[in-house]
Amino acid sequence: MSPHRESAPRSGPVVLPGAPGPDLLHGAILYLDGVTLSFDGFRALDRLSLSIERGELRCIIGPNGAGKTTMMDVVTGRTRPDEGQVYFDRNVDLLALREPDIAMAGIGRKFQKPTVFENLPVFENLELAMKKRRGVFASLFARLGSEERDRIDAMLGTIGLAGERGARAGALSHGQKQWLEIGMLLMQEPQLLLVDEPVAGMTHQETERTAELLVSLAGTHSVVVVEHDMAFVRSIARRVTVLHEGRVLAEGSMDDVQNDPRVIEVYLGA
Amino acid sequence: MPLSKRMELGRTDRLVVLGLLALMLGVPVLNLALPETALLHVDTFTVTLLGKYFCYAMLAIAVDLVWGYCGILSLGHGAFFALGGYAMGMYLMRQIGDRGVYGNPLLPDFMVFLNWDALPWYWWGFSSFPFAMAMVVVVPALLALVFGFFAFRARVNGVYLSIITQALTYALLLAFFRNEMGFGGNNGLTDFKELLGFDLQSDATRMALFVTTVACLIGAYVGCRAIVRSRFGRVVVAIRDAEDRARFLGYRVEHYKLFIFVVSAIIASVSGALYVPQVGIINPGEFAPLGSIEVVIWVAIGGRGTLFGAIVGAVLVSFAKSWFTGLFPEAWLFVLGSLFVLGTLFLPRGVVGILERPSS
Amino acid sequence: MESDDAMGVGSPIVRSRRRRVYALVLAIFFAAIPSWSVRAEDAGLEAALAGLASRDFREKGAAVAAIAESEDPSVSRILEALLDARLFVRAADARIVGAEGEGDDVAYFDAATGLAIDAADAAGLKKIIVNNRMRTDLRTTLARLRLASPDAEVREIAAKSMMADRSPRTLELLREAFSKERDAGVRETLRVALALSELESDDPELQLGAVGELAGSLHGEVRNALAALIERSQGDPAEQGEAVRAVRAAAEAAIASIDRKRSGLALVETLFFGLSLGFVLVLAAIGLAITFGVMGVINMAHGELMMLGAYTTWGVQQLMPDAIDASIFVAIPCAFLVSGAVGVVIERGVVQFLYGRPLETLLATFGISLILQQAVRTLFSPLNRAVETPGWMSGQWVVNDALSLTYNRLFIVAFSIAVFAALVGLLHATGLGLQIRAVAQNRDMARAMGVRGSRIDAVTFGLGSGVAGLAGVALSQLTNVGPNLGQAHIVDSFMVVVFGGVGNLWGTLVAGLGLGIANKFLEPFAGAVLAKIVVLVFIILFIQRRPRGLFPQKGRSAGVT
Repeated sequence: MSPHRESAPRSGPVVLPGAPGPDLLHGAILYLDGVTLSFDGFRALDRLSLSIERGELRCIIGPNGAGKTTMMDVVTGRTRPDEGQVYFDRNVDLLALREPDIAMAGIGRKFQKPTVFENLPVFENLELAMKKRRGVFASLFARLGSEERDRIDAMLGTIGLAGERGARAGALSHGQKQWLEIGMLLMQEPQLLLVDEPVAGMTHQETERTAELLVSLAGTHSVVVVEHDMAFVRSIARRVTVLHEGRVLAEGSMDDVQNDPRVIEVYLGA
Repeated sequence: MPLSKRMELGRTDRLVVLGLLALMLGVPVLNLALPETALLHVDTFTVTLLGKYFCYAMLAIAVDLVWGYCGILSLGHGAFFALGGYAMGMYLMRQIGDRGVYGNPLLPDFMVFLNWDALPWYWWGFSSFPFAMAMVVVVPALLALVFGFFAFRARVNGVYLSIITQALTYALLLAFFRNEMGFGGNNGLTDFKELLGFDLQSDATRMALFVTTVACLIGAYVGCRAIVRSRFGRVVVAIRDAEDRARFLGYRVEHYKLFIFVVSAIIASVSGALYVPQVGIINPGEFAPLGSIEVVIWVAIGGRGTLFGAIVGAVLVSFAKSWFTGLFPEAWLFVLGSLFVLGTLFLPRGVVGILERPSS
Repeated sequence: MESDDAMGVGSPIVRSRRRRVYALVLAIFFAAIPSWSVRAEDAGLEAALAGLASRDFREKGAAVAAIAESEDPSVSRILEALLDARLFVRAADARIVGAEGEGDDVAYFDAATGLAIDAADAAGLKKIIVNNRMRTDLRTTLARLRLASPDAEVREIAAKSMMADRSPRTLELLREAFSKERDAGVRETLRVALALSELESDDPELQLGAVGELAGSLHGEVRNALAALIERSQGDPAEQGEAVRAVRAAAEAAIASIDRKRSGLALVETLFFGLSLGFVLVLAAIGLAITFGVMGVINMAHGELMMLGAYTTWGVQQLMPDAIDASIFVAIPCAFLVSGAVGVVIERGVVQFLYGRPLETLLATFGISLILQQAVRTLFSPLNRAVETPGWMSGQWVVNDALSLTYNRLFIVAFSIAVFAALVGLLHATGLGLQIRAVAQNRDMARAMGVRGSRIDAVTFGLGSGVAGLAGVALSQLTNVGPNLGQAHIVDSFMVVVFGGVGNLWGTLVAGLGLGIANKFLEPFAGAVLAKIVVLVFIILFIQRRPRGLFPQKGRSAGVT
């Protein structure tokens, strides 16, 4: 457990007071500390502590049930942990916010199962994701400017869906839906992207292009990728975190991690 | 293709509005100007029946707005319809004055019968037409706001939401049956005499009511169309299809649901207020859960998520009901039941869906 | 014979009567000597009755005494008729005639012989008038007669009636009866009646003893009598003797103890009513909980499946009208099979095509409910059917004067527990149960493990529907069996399922019992309808605080779109 778990004001406001632990000063974009969560006695997260640097591309791997998706649920506000702290962009207490506020604060999330608005055209999927005022009355009277239209068209080019501009999103192929969802994430202009299994169901070629896209995002964005496909992870990863039974088992470069005896045991042994 | 399709819907909208306008102006002329013997004369009974159907159509639009576009299957919209009806009924009761059976200038007959000696506070003001009309909007809107606020904030979804909307209208049904509530109990409110000083039985008043009903229907249709065409409408569809995605994009889903639920409740309430002077009675039966589910089947048969499907379904099914209950009263529930089953099994997009299919 | 002389002149009827009497005399004469004594007493009754025709109240009083002495079995009948002003003198022949029944159903009888008389012969009747003094005598006499009856039940009723009608005169009567009584139940009633009579005396010591006797009694009269005693002894305490004050204090203490006991029992009774209502709710909801929990499907036709169960009970009774007592045990499996079969047909015919579209399923099954309702209405009738209650289920278990539990409710509690236990056993101790639970938890995984999902769906739906049929059997004993039976219970069933949390039998049990008890406890304050509204509103609010009910299924998958 980290020393400042006790010192940080649990019930306090979003902004941390002036004496934070050293981790926060290192410019971490996302910071989890001692996060624990149980479902009916099963410990999905067990004092998980994790820190993502600004501009980093981090891959998170681990066997099924290691807590990867649950960790994303906690970060995006879908699930509240039993204890622990989650901070974003140095001083935003994510545990005090609900999902839309977290999204507006600058965290985008791609689901494991590609989730797009199936009955809307591809163009409108991106339009709704575009960073704009999200209020009821703002959207009742919203108009799409020509500059915004251009931005959407540019994004269609980026994700390779320019030809499907007017198609119903539900009619896209699985890989195209994955891209559309990534495109929607980018329209949100987030600082941090949480990407859950982005290449599941993609062809080899699509996978390669996705890898390129994610790598190009790093630097300007911080990206966390959860993936099972080791070849894909190897192709993009600089730093890899291995989760096991709700806690960090190992962290380092792909080679370090792959040679770690504990990791080998988890993946091959038990 | 979908963009062009939307242009096509625009044409349908114009057709619907023009058709309704033609009815709105034509029917009263055929009733009032032609002699009763004329071939094209439309008798007052038929006009009132049409007026009733168009009230139902408006109620169906309200249900389509929340169900078809936002995925909220309300089995309690009859409650808003009935509340609007009661607000109008209370105004009409106050207009009776001392012409009731007991001739009491202050109290409606049923209160005299119950030996009440003063008007309950919640009846105050209902002798004023503007106040009553304000209540038609305010009361259901408040109910929808409070109910929706809690339900949507707690993320009550799907079947659960349907069931508690049903519980809501059921609770109101039981409440309005009680004499102590001061809404006429079992018998409800009836024996109305006049509206704004016009005799409710006269042909001219009936025509005016018909015209108002169709005008309100057109208004509701155009208004709802504007809502679903706006970005708001597309967010609502997005919520229907992938609520979590919308939420993680930063949309406050509960605000969107609440807004559309309240708008829908107000439309339902207005349709109830228009319905009461035409049928001449409002009683707790309008709160019955069966009635609310029937509205849903109108929308399903017509084709949900289209708005005009709701109009088509409401008029079609109501007409079938009038026809069947006249000819084979036994068979109506068989027909209605089969409509539910066959409609959901074979017509997921409703009658409108069949008409659309060849073009796409 | 004497009475024949009194009958006077010869109408044809009188002649025929005379012939009959001759025949009777002959028969008696030749038949058996002991009969003579019976006839002799009859003659005594005849003579005594004649006295009633007098105008002099003293003579009438003597006649009453004489009638009572005659020990004829019909004495009570005659004296009751006299007390109720239903005894007449026939002008034609001065015979005494009694009347029984009311309105058009009045039947006449000859007081002396006890034989019925045609209405035509009951012309020219003159009512025998009694004064207050005679009335008092009559009551005492009747009471004494009944208290001496060989039938314990008659004695019990007599003792009870004397609680209400107490006076110093009855005191002796009760003392005598109490000393002779052997039956424990009657003795207890007599003891209370005696103490009540003692309260009426002027002797404080006697009263004090009586208050002591009455302290624990729950009989309705006791509290009234004690309250009346306190009322009577109101006055300036200084002027009253020590003894009077002591009596009053004792009476007040006794009333307080009675009230405590009664409110305790009232609580038990309300709890029982609540539990029995709760078990009905559980029974009605549990089938729904199974289909909802396992398949995520709301079966709106569930109420109609209950209705089918109730009609099956009726049908079984029609087939075996001579064995109503046993019919219910035949009806239970039949109802399960009928409703279960209909359920399987619904699942195979409609629900399976709508899998994954819960709202459409809701609408389609609602359509089915309308069809089933109308089918029953067309096949049988829109009217309610009369389902008979087996003899062993009618009546009640009288715990004491203030608490009795009806057998049909007790049966339903036991039946619900049995059904619940059977379901829990089925789901947790059989292979089928394991498969059902597997599908409920993770449909795809279960399929991958070789569970045939569609077969389990059909079986589960059939099981839930069959349980609805069982609920129908129980409901047929409580409410009207008609086409609307299902509709009346469906909203409540939903509330129970939603309140308890989906897919949790124990949640359904707790929710059903909780709602039943809450309903019954609210009723005294709010009335039945308002209580129901309060409960509905509570659930609406509750669901908004805990959208997944009392016992939600937790886990990562819960709530994922």
